Amino acid sequence: MRLRSEIGVPEIRFEKRLKPPRWLGPATPPIAVIVALAIGALVLWASGRDAVDIYQRMARSAFTNPGAFSNTLIAATPLLLTGLAAAVTFRMKVWNIGADGQLMIGAVLAAAAGTFFGGRSLAAVMALMILAGIVGGCLWASIAALLRVYLNTNEVLTTLMLNYIAPLILFYLIFNSTSYWRDLSTQSARVFPQAKTLAEDAFWPTYGAAAAVPFGFLLGVVLALALYFVVRNTRFGFQMRVSADSPEAARYAGISTGRLLILVMLLSGALAGIAGASQIGDVSHRLEPKNLQLATFGYTGIAVAALVRYHPIGIVVSAILVGALNNAGFNLQGPDLPLGLIGVNQGIILMLVAASEVTARYRLVIGRRARRGDRAPPPEQATLEPGASPEQGTSDGTDERPRQDARPGEDS
Amino acid sequence: MNESLFVDLLAAGLLYGTPLVLAGLGELLAERSGVMNLGVEAMMLMGAVTAFWFVQSFDGPAWLALLLAILVAAAVGTAMATVYAFVVVTLRANQVVSGLALLILGGAAGLSSYLAAVGSLSGPAARFKLPTYDVLGLSDVPVIGPLIFGQNALVYVSWLLVALVAFYLYRTQTGLHLQAVGEDPRSADAMGISVSRFRYGHTMVGGALAGVAGAYYTLELQPAWIDGITAGAGWIAIALVITAFWRPGLLLAGAYLFGIVTSLGFTLQARGVDLPPEIFTSLPYVLTIVAVVLVSSGWSRLRLRAPAALGEPYAREEA
Repeated sequence: MRLRSEIGVPEIRFEKRLKPPRWLGPATPPIAVIVALAIGALVLWASGRDAVDIYQRMARSAFTNPGAFSNTLIAATPLLLTGLAAAVTFRMKVWNIGADGQLMIGAVLAAAAGTFFGGRSLAAVMALMILAGIVGGCLWASIAALLRVYLNTNEVLTTLMLNYIAPLILFYLIFNSTSYWRDLSTQSARVFPQAKTLAEDAFWPTYGAAAAVPFGFLLGVVLALALYFVVRNTRFGFQMRVSADSPEAARYAGISTGRLLILVMLLSGALAGIAGASQIGDVSHRLEPKNLQLATFGYTGIAVAALVRYHPIGIVVSAILVGALNNAGFNLQGPDLPLGLIGVNQGIILMLVAASEVTARYRLVIGRRARRGDRAPPPEQATLEPGASPEQGTSDGTDERPRQDARPGEDS
Repeated sequence: MNESLFVDLLAAGLLYGTPLVLAGLGELLAERSGVMNLGVEAMMLMGAVTAFWFVQSFDGPAWLALLLAILVAAAVGTAMATVYAFVVVTLRANQVVSGLALLILGGAAGLSSYLAAVGSLSGPAARFKLPTYDVLGLSDVPVIGPLIFGQNALVYVSWLLVALVAFYLYRTQTGLHLQAVGEDPRSADAMGISVSRFRYGHTMVGGALAGVAGAYYTLELQPAWIDGITAGAGWIAIALVITAFWRPGLLLAGAYLFGIVTSLGFTLQARGVDLPPEIFTSLPYVLTIVAVVLVSSGWSRLRLRAPAALGEPYAREEA
């Protein structure tokens, strides 16, 4: 039986690369985007639509039409911030999927700060709104962070569940209670529930002549630069990098991984919370539960960050690109171009990026299967459990496997 | 608690727990082989939308439409699982990122929503619903009658599947091989078991079951289409597998507990309990967190732990 299955079956096999070619890293994102757009075109074509025409209209409504690029930047702003939020934790192989919920709770507190402190100087209101957003995001992220560190609970599931709980809080505040956030000033507002709107002098400013750049976007760019600097040049960044590459090494070096994990989760939550504050200050000027729930900025932010392998500066570019896609999809949505197509494109991009990780480490070999004797593992290692091998993950400086922490219900 | 409320809760728990049983069993098989299938939610949504589309457009008798709709949903789930297996087993990509990619691709704002828009599925109710049976004419026996003898077809299928999976895992050689693959792929490989074949196979069966679980929503629970109809049930199914310690029997019990909690709002509101609906809607999510916290801390982990190789790609040449 073994002979039949071992000999003569063509197979796809991977040979380990010692070093990935230099062009591969920068080439991956554009290739992923192009392939995703091509598959999207197939989906369009299969459902009887003119893909070329639709893509041309998408490009126009994202970039060249009057005011289009300003809208693209508005769409890119939350993605830039949630992208950074995803990048800080994913780089460390801590899976904060909860930016969506953290953004919403950040938006709740920022909206409260905006209406409460309205009428003071714009700078003061903005600072307080951002602070409130940070507090909200951190609060929501801290639940999963503390459960992970102190009770060893898988953060993928907790952050996801918190994403489903957060919008319910927003719905309650606006639609099912007479909370501080709800507008009760007029008869119609009492019948058709809606949130209080910020005073106009608390709206966040935009800058620039050719295209209006929202304040939140500039803030995001500054934070991306700051993050880049922090990761490269500070003690905290060093600890993050060591812990990302090898948690064992980090522990031996005396880095408190639990404390680091909480800090990173809080940083991530803070960034998502700022995205929430920016939604209130830059865009909607009041809490809009349904829009925030439908937008799924948190999940898209993960795609934005993964596309550029969690590089903070790259995230600025990729947020503009994905923001353009979102903006175009929003403008053209209708029977001709259902909004779901944008999700399809983004999902495929992320899938391709995830799949392309392998090309950095392995060379693809398609051919006949080698006989078993040709590549039997050394006998003393043959019975070792993969995780037990000390060379694993450090032999070429990369970690081939998801860290053990990614397992639910298991010690790391 | 009076008796009829108790029966109502149990009946609703069964009704709402069944998709969790189906999707959970699929996830259990995948995880036993060492693959954490994080695409369940997307597979459920795709199964839900394709089954619904099929039922709406198929010209033929109800039983055939429903049967084929369920098979279509299973096929779509299998296809998505095959893609996922290729990415995480063959290409050894990160399972969290790939699972999220599948979620964005197929999820509430992705392909399932696109297909619903293209097929103009929103609005009208499903033309056919799953039939309920009156087994042995016993469905009007008090208490156990409606619970055990008056259920819809997929409930009986799910019971059969739980028994089959339990038998398969513990009493067949292939099932024991599966456990070996999930616990120690290197030894399994040395025994001549094809690790990747097992992982592909069980991930694909898991995908099929997730697709059927999705179809259960549009053919039984809420027979109409709304984007994101499964509302996170796929993630709850994943959590359920963990809290059931990867055991089919416990999974069944846990799924019905979650079913009861999910339906608590409807059951209590029908009896005049006046609380904000958000509290009831959030209960399953809160319970999921609590359940995962309970099983991941404390002594239970030591004896009833996860398959040792769960989430880890296996590469023969990397000893």
